[in-house]
Amino acid sequence: MLNIIIGILEQGFIFAIMALGIYISYKILDFPDLSVDGTFPLGAAVSTALILKGVNPWICLVVAALSGALAGCLTGFFHVKLKIKDLLSGILTMTALYSINYRIAGSPNIFMMNEKTIFNLFTVPDSIRPYFPLIIIIVISLVAKILLDMYLKTKSGFLLKSAGDNAGLVVTLGENPGKIKIIGLAIGNGLVALAGAVNCQRVMQFDVSSGVGTLVMGLAAVIIGTSLFARAKWVKVTTSVVIGMILYKTCISLAISSGLRASDMNLVITTLFVITLVATEYSKRRKPHAQTKKY
Amino acid sequence: MLRLKNIDKTFCAGTPNEKILFTDFNLEIKEGEFVGVVGSNGSGKTTTLNIISGDIDIDNGEVILDDKNITKLPNYKRAKEIARVFQNPSMGTCSSMTIFENLSLADNKLKSYNLTKGLNIKAKDKYRTLLEQLGMGLENRLNDVVGTLSGGQRQAISIIMSTLIKPKLLLLDEHTAALDPKSSDTVMELTQKIVSEQKITTLMVTHNLRHAVQYGTRTVMMHDGNIILDVSGEKKANTTTDDYLKIFNEISIECGN
Ligand SMILES: Nc1ncnc2c1ncn2[C@@H]1O[C@H](COP(=O)(O)OP(=O)(O)OP(=O)(O)O)[C@@H](O)[C@H]1O
Ligand SMILES: [Mg+2]
Repeated sequence: MLNIIIGILEQGFIFAIMALGIYISYKILDFPDLSVDGTFPLGAAVSTALILKGVNPWICLVVAALSGALAGCLTGFFHVKLKIKDLLSGILTMTALYSINYRIAGSPNIFMMNEKTIFNLFTVPDSIRPYFPLIIIIVISLVAKILLDMYLKTKSGFLLKSAGDNAGLVVTLGENPGKIKIIGLAIGNGLVALAGAVNCQRVMQFDVSSGVGTLVMGLAAVIIGTSLFARAKWVKVTTSVVIGMILYKTCISLAISSGLRASDMNLVITTLFVITLVATEYSKRRKPHAQTKKY
Repeated sequence: MLRLKNIDKTFCAGTPNEKILFTDFNLEIKEGEFVGVVGSNGSGKTTTLNIISGDIDIDNGEVILDDKNITKLPNYKRAKEIARVFQNPSMGTCSSMTIFENLSLADNKLKSYNLTKGLNIKAKDKYRTLLEQLGMGLENRLNDVVGTLSGGQRQAISIIMSTLIKPKLLLLDEHTAALDPKSSDTVMELTQKIVSEQKITTLMVTHNLRHAVQYGTRTVMMHDGNIILDVSGEKKANTTTDDYLKIFNEISIECGN
């Protein structure tokens, strides 16, 4: 039982990093960014390839996040400079990344055996060994969350928030809204790739198709989290996104233990997603004056 | 200070919906003028502002600001010198951010939006004083989200935001039209106060003839892409609201409405 809970928390906190990324593109920028389905495995591919070369696993995480940011810039470039629709821009990047990820990793599936990862870099006493990966994961995702919170309080962060809310305002401030959008997509996809890298180091495996459903999963967590805590002003939205992902992973775990197969998950995800979406719409309609907070 | 030279603008050229709005349109605005622009629906007032701000492209002609040709400059670069307030109160503010955050954001215009603290704590008292002058009680609501304010309150904040850093030129497009008569007058008073105190050259489009005549130093009437009346100084002083209405009615009858 304890193992199951630890497993849920590990998965929840890893994917929470990804959900924070989607929170930026979807909630703040109002950009349904499908490139995340490609940047999640991109992070995994970059991390795996570097680990196999013997690079320090922490550095692998940083490079993976940067590669995700670069992919986010590509989506931004498609949308802002080439004027391709937001959804299509993401799909294009995602499709291109499928080939690129394959190239980087060199094969569609890689299993790691004794390679150094952030989870086995130090030897830890036996007593805390079962909890050690979870501790590292929590630290990484909290650092990501806190850095994001800090960023959103800077001048640049203010501009990012206003860009999603009211792009016209950014123009009147004399700034280029396209540039801000690209920055937002870079941060978002950087976080998603970081999550992909942490995940593949934890499960010791790279799978080129592991990104399928990333956006929908992240959105589900963002929507669960933000609607649960919509009226709780003292809870930061980033915190509610993290909790949303943990709740989401708990639901999935319950679904699996009730006899569903792993391959049924996309169906479960979609169902859960539609339910939360309809539920939030319904509660909005019932309380038309309810002030939903966005950040 | 601002010149629109020989502007041509046709919408949807080459389609059945083609609309030739401006042919060889000219307008010059002098330093310190407060121009009130009135005119029938579809006469090209908003389009004129869009041409100045760079929100739409022109087919021919030049836009010149302080002897600098800005025709090819994108809107956000022009915005460094040209401020604008729209008819829709939600367009001038960020609704999910607080009043304090919005003002800090606007106060940083022309400076870098970098990784330093977004809130301008040092200017908090300055913002309080500015808000106090509105008499709307907003000075005690600095930490309230702008989305919770009324249209008039938001529009008042929009004007403060657009002039926190003094622009060379201020464009107002029916910025009181969405407000009730009382808020509309309050916002208009505020506009007048800021514009005259800071001596900002202003172009104000309005359907309120009284506002245009009372507050403007020059009145321009547009019809069908042309300027049909342009009075300032002594001539303006000798023109009564009835005179404007007469001309306005004449063109309306011409159009058959
Ligand atoms: N984007 C556009 N596409 C096609 N036609 C347009 C476009 N923008 C404006 N027009 C046309 O140009 C003419 C002038 O429009 P404009 O919005 O400038 O009028 P206005 O004087 O601001 O009117 P109102 O008082 O109703 O705001 C109208 O006939 C309008 O239909
Ligand atoms: Mg108009």
